[in-house]
Amino acid sequence: MDLLNNLCIGFQTSLSLINLWYAFLGAMLGTLIGVLPGIGPIATIAMLLPSMYSLQPTSALIMLAGIYYGAQYGGSTTAILINVPGEASSVVTALDGYQMARNGRAGPALAAAALSSFFAGTVGTLAVAAFAPPLTTLAFEFGAPEYCALMFLGLIGAVVLASGSLPKALAMVVLGLLLGQINTDVITAVSRFSFDIPELTDGINFVVIAMGLFSFGEIIANLGKSAEHREVFVKKVTGLMPTRQDFKDSAPAAARGTLIGCLLGVLPGAGPILASFTSYTVEKKIAKAPETFGKGAIEGVAAPEAANNSAAQTSFIPMLTLGIPTSAVMALMVGAMTLMGIQPGPQVMTSNPTLFWGLITSMWVGNLMLVVLNLPLIGIWVRLLTVPYRFLFPAIMAFCAIGVYSLSNNTFDVYCAAAFAVIGFLFHKLGLEPAPLILGFILGPMMEENLRRALLMARGDWSIFLTRPIAAVMIAISAILMIVITVPAISKKREEVFVEEE
Amino acid sequence: MKIKSQRDFVSGIALVIVGAAFAVGATNYDFGSAVRPGPGYFPFGLGILLAILGLIILYTSMVQDREDGDPIGSIPWRPLLCVVGAIAFFGFSLTRLGFLISFPVMIVLTSAGGREFTWRDALLNAGVLTALSYLLFIYGLQLNIPLWPA
Repeated sequence: MDLLNNLCIGFQTSLSLINLWYAFLGAMLGTLIGVLPGIGPIATIAMLLPSMYSLQPTSALIMLAGIYYGAQYGGSTTAILINVPGEASSVVTALDGYQMARNGRAGPALAAAALSSFFAGTVGTLAVAAFAPPLTTLAFEFGAPEYCALMFLGLIGAVVLASGSLPKALAMVVLGLLLGQINTDVITAVSRFSFDIPELTDGINFVVIAMGLFSFGEIIANLGKSAEHREVFVKKVTGLMPTRQDFKDSAPAAARGTLIGCLLGVLPGAGPILASFTSYTVEKKIAKAPETFGKGAIEGVAAPEAANNSAAQTSFIPMLTLGIPTSAVMALMVGAMTLMGIQPGPQVMTSNPTLFWGLITSMWVGNLMLVVLNLPLIGIWVRLLTVPYRFLFPAIMAFCAIGVYSLSNNTFDVYCAAAFAVIGFLFHKLGLEPAPLILGFILGPMMEENLRRALLMARGDWSIFLTRPIAAVMIAISAILMIVITVPAISKKREEVFVEEE
Repeated sequence: MKIKSQRDFVSGIALVIVGAAFAVGATNYDFGSAVRPGPGYFPFGLGILLAILGLIILYTSMVQDREDGDPIGSIPWRPLLCVVGAIAFFGFSLTRLGFLISFPVMIVLTSAGGREFTWRDALLNAGVLTALSYLLFIYGLQLNIPLWPA
């Protein structure tokens, strides 16, 4: 059994003491920032990257992955207890979870969320382990036109599935691609848009952009809002164990949620968010008593939690096998790999098997740790919410500022981050989403290189994208996505889904 | 025509300008041809595309009906200036004054952007964070950061 063999290699890596420690650190940190509204995994990963140069790439990636799925856990804790979803993917959890907490059933709600997340995480990890190798084999067949078409599909998918206004999201992707053009041209070594500033000839570091847009921009926007009142149900968390009836109700819901999550997670765009919305809708449709939804139905907690967690796992598949990120967090992971000298792509599995399988198995280990550690620690997480924002935001600022400077011990990066803070604030004011921009920025140089290589191959004939079967299929899917989204009935429905999210 | 969405109107104009600027800038580089695309090929195309998208957004801002006019709202000058100023100050002063002066000043400056600013809390926060960051980043992670005034 190849699969068993591979998992074995993986567990040897992920169960080593040092990697267990980093998985633990990542999962805890992830939960922490998931609990705290106002700081998410994107900002955290960007903030930590500079201090990770000294780590082994495997340990570093294990920790970053831990932050990502840990944040999903933490986000649901606050969604249930105080009706504030820490992450966008736990928005639906708040609908029924918070009602359960108000009915004095916070314990079973938290347990249902944690246990179904763990179940989903296990299945998700197995799905990654099973589907990654065949996809990798397929990826070796890819030439420049296929890669280019795939990235095009990834960008279109991210736009179509992820955000509010379609033209605005598309514009953000293009703006990201353009910012990625500030660099030295790989083919002719001409420096572009650098205005003779030496630092700009290597391009802007993606950490600077991510931090400016997500951390600083967010802080300014948050400070501009008025303080909100929160109701915390922390003292009432007693009796964690769900009843037998709770198990009977939530187990099938969790299983369905897991399946939906595994499938939707692979799609480009906001996999976990979309998965949690979809699974909630499905549960409500097939429930015997749909009127209980929104009033504390345990299925309404178990299903979306399972869905967002398994989607978080399977969203690693395109990144690991093709080297192509499908969301902003995955784009940061790709950036992290490049920073640490590993070229992301299908060759990672063969050239770095310990990293590849170690990372996959560490996700399962990390999920286990989250269940075992988090249920008893819920009291502590919730107490953290009582830390006033006036102490919190200077701390976030401080760690970001040190992080930006130590990227290359250069104050130019700090000035750049200040500029992107202003831009991030403007985006917020104008209703422009920064996440597609990051994705475009990371994909930009890759896409340009592959596009130009494809055109060279085809002697300038653009039809190469339609005559090569794999590329043609991907272009066709992108076109269908674009057409479907402009159909009025669907676009209206889509808006409803994403309005709820805010 | 009446502007029905302030946000989209301003976004559209800004995107048209940025797109056009990139496209014009790209003409400084060799455009090449479809057979052998040069360094200006891709950015020129993208700049034009961005400008077109900007025009579409501009158009929808004037035709698509909104109930509230989708206003941009007031600009919170105090947090904006404090936060951006604090980052810029940190960049300017770190290599000149050193971490031990530049860092706490940045934190106090940042804190001043908040609503509930008090000197006592800000100074306390600055002290704790400076000590913590020193232990974590300079002592622990051995990052190369100048400590004292140069």
